[in-house]
Amino acid sequence: MIESLFPNVDWDKMWEATYETIYMTAMSTLFTFIIGLVLGIILFLTAPKQLWANKIVNWLTGVFVNVFRSIPFIILIILLIPFTSFLIGTIRGPNAALPALIIGAAPFYARLVLIAFQEIDKGVIEAARSMGATTGTIIRKVLLPESKPALISGITVTSIALVGYTAMAGVIGAGGLGTLAFLDGFQRSRPDVVLMATILILIIVFIIQFIGDALTKKADKR
Amino acid sequence: MIELKQLTKTFDVGKTTLTAVDDVNLTIADGEIFGIIGYSGAGKSTLIRILNGLEKPTSGTVDINGQKITDIKGAELRKARQKVSMIFQHFNLLWSRTVQENIEFPLEIAGVPKAKRVEKVKELVELVGLAGREHAYPSQLSGGQKQRVGIARALANDPEVLLCDEATSALDPETTDAILDLLVDINKRLGLTIVLITHEMHVIRKICHRVAVMEGGKVVELGDVLEIFQTPKQEITKRFVAQVTESEDSSETIKHLRELYPTGELVKLVFVGEQAEQPILTQLIRKHPVEINIVQGKVSHTQRGAYGTLILQLKGTDAEIRQALEFLNQENVQAEVMAND
Repeated sequence: MIESLFPNVDWDKMWEATYETIYMTAMSTLFTFIIGLVLGIILFLTAPKQLWANKIVNWLTGVFVNVFRSIPFIILIILLIPFTSFLIGTIRGPNAALPALIIGAAPFYARLVLIAFQEIDKGVIEAARSMGATTGTIIRKVLLPESKPALISGITVTSIALVGYTAMAGVIGAGGLGTLAFLDGFQRSRPDVVLMATILILIIVFIIQFIGDALTKKADKR
Repeated sequence: MIELKQLTKTFDVGKTTLTAVDDVNLTIADGEIFGIIGYSGAGKSTLIRILNGLEKPTSGTVDINGQKITDIKGAELRKARQKVSMIFQHFNLLWSRTVQENIEFPLEIAGVPKAKRVEKVKELVELVGLAGREHAYPSQLSGGQKQRVGIARALANDPEVLLCDEATSALDPETTDAILDLLVDINKRLGLTIVLITHEMHVIRKICHRVAVMEGGKVVELGDVLEIFQTPKQEITKRFVAQVTESEDSSETIKHLRELYPTGELVKLVFVGEQAEQPILTQLIRKHPVEINIVQGKVSHTQRGAYGTLILQLKGTDAEIRQALEFLNQENVQAEVMAND
């Protein structure tokens, strides 16, 4: 039945591509989360009247985030080719896609982190200060736990965007379902391969969304 | 003891400078419940935040039990803050933590080991009357219960001073009274100094020993709560006192009473402190042949004794009434005949 609907699909290749997509998404989500969080914390704390209020650092971080968030991803990949080949040693394969994916997504997530922190009641931070908390304690025990639902839903959105980015990264031969759909499907006029790759990408997206929603709900005690 | 000397705080607002606190000098004794009352913008919020170093004054000093809060910073200031804790109008609890974990928070900051934290929380939960609610989240609590968590949290590190920032302003009157009772209880049991700011004279009347009235960044009147209620000097103080006393002095009311009681003299008595608890009326009736009719009255209780006013209708001859008034004045009751128009 399935064989007759998708006559041209090479299932071994399809599963390998699925694995590559999941690998790229997972790794880039992990690093995006860490780097985005750090950038978000810097953006938040260096803003005027905050604990590390510092105009220069705030401005520089803001510019960095805005610039990399604004460059279309497909162009960012090309711009980063020299950087990638220096860092990874090659510009082909799933690992070579990671720098572009992370640099493209981390600034986006940093903005979401900033918004999440801005939603926290200022009084709670003041209360922590009044108890003699250090800034480190405030980050670990107030900012992060109090914005947890927003941080989780933010990384869910970012992760889904990253699935899309991995498909685009297929253009530079990153591998994964994007490459498969483009080279084996589109260029060789095999619509069933394109369709199957699309279905698998949708399933990945739905699973990420489902996990993200469940975790967000669990974290929210408001 | 808390000593504020020549405390001034200015903010730059655009091109102008706003003086939030203007040359404030105060001394607050150990174990005292000290109230600071003022309308919003009077500078009381800024003042109370200078006491725990959340705000730095532009000039002047704050000395709490021998430590100059205004001179220290960094780790030393953070350590000092554990002894000068604070509760807030909007409670400022961490919604991601349970009651138990919220109360543990300041103990975690102070580096208290887990076993001791649990023990201390148990004790505090009992003290503030929240036993059984330890594992609830703030979103499951009422306003009064949230403030109880706030109080327990503030007491966790055995502070010497408790600062209350409009702690009851977001609560309904009944809950306000329950929280105020709790504060008095804590003050007596733990001997803690309480400094509170409010815009409600009811709060001052109910729990404070002394009060400072603030307007435009300055302390315009300062004194014993009873004394302030009895003889408010500044216009703003009179307005605050009028919040809790009946408007029995207004000419409308007097006119109305006159219409109801057209005969005899209407006399207003003001009782303060001990006289409010003496059977003066009994003696007045026994010793003088005047007829007495109580027209209106109110006695309130403050932490420093009772005070009240009573309006009487006295009937008798002019001489009898004069003698009755003389007797009252001898007993140190302020008595005044209310004008007829």
